[in-house]
Amino acid sequence: MSELKFVYVTYIATTPEKLWQALTDGAFTRRYWFGTAVESDWSPGSRVTFRSDGEAHDTGEVLDCVPYRRLSYSWQVEFHEVFRRERPSRVTFELEPTGGAEVKLTVTHDEFEPGSKVHAAVSNGWPMILSSLKSLLETGHASTLTSPEQARGARERAIALAESSAA
Amino acid sequence: MSAPKFVPNTVYVTYIASTPEKVWEALTRAEFTRQYFFGHSIELEPKTGGSFILRAPDGSVHMRGRVIEYDPPRRLATTWSVEGMEAFRELPESLVTYDIEPMGGSVKLTMTEAHQWEVPDAILAGGRQGWPFILSSLKSVLETGKPIVVSVKMGPPPEMLEAVKEAVAKKPWVKSAEKR
Repeated sequence: MSELKFVYVTYIATTPEKLWQALTDGAFTRRYWFGTAVESDWSPGSRVTFRSDGEAHDTGEVLDCVPYRRLSYSWQVEFHEVFRRERPSRVTFELEPTGGAEVKLTVTHDEFEPGSKVHAAVSNGWPMILSSLKSLLETGHASTLTSPEQARGARERAIALAESSAA
Repeated sequence: MSAPKFVPNTVYVTYIASTPEKVWEALTRAEFTRQYFFGHSIELEPKTGGSFILRAPDGSVHMRGRVIEYDPPRRLATTWSVEGMEAFRELPESLVTYDIEPMGGSVKLTMTEAHQWEVPDAILAGGRQGWPFILSSLKSVLETGKPIVVSVKMGPPPEMLEAVKEAVAKKPWVKSAEKR
């Protein structure tokens, strides 16, 4: 059985510095990530919290941090028991300036357990979040699909998807 | 003869702040594809069964195929045979489908690349490298009026070329009896 893995590549007309801020500043992540502030001091070993409406719903640990190039953290989804009982997965962001006016962003999400429900949920969620991030950096407006008002609906969809794929 | 069976190998999803009609236009009109598809122009006979050509910036035919499904502004499916690169000409045609769905004021665009044979990863790598760039740039064209400025070049990675040569020599898509 091949290992579960999700990879998404997008090109964004921005600088590595602005993209880095968009990934590491909780006030910025809230704008394109269903209202989720992703917060940490980003030192390897430090805790990462995922907070919406003041409430921490997921946690993680910084695994690797090379400013403007590479960020990796573990991620324990805790907002529902169907996800909470799985081991933490790992997400890695790689930023590559391509020599032009854009940055290539590669998001790799892996280390899921076999049959992971988190994998199914994030495979659906990442294209929305990363499309919204690209819009925000290029136009100043995130997608309405990933606004804070959509957070509850997105979580309900993730749970429904996980439960419908239950063995 | 039964129709070939295509199995999806590569799927890319992007959400665009636009309308299904504009996304359809951007996918089917040459003045748009030239902006985001490495300078290539689409030529499409607007009906199921019609012809499909993707023309390179120098005017030569890069891809040729047929329209399998023409359903504006929801779905466009076309077969693709590589004509522009000698080594690729004997490969079986692939099927590229665009699905366009309105979603809460945005548009979800799903590109699916499907094949009729067990394509090695080294050959799939070409599309897996190209599609994210092409569709990121398409999104920028529709949202900002400007494509992503290309410093990435369209073209097969070296491992892909090797894999294509090997596949063409062995023709794994031909049943062993027919090979002789």
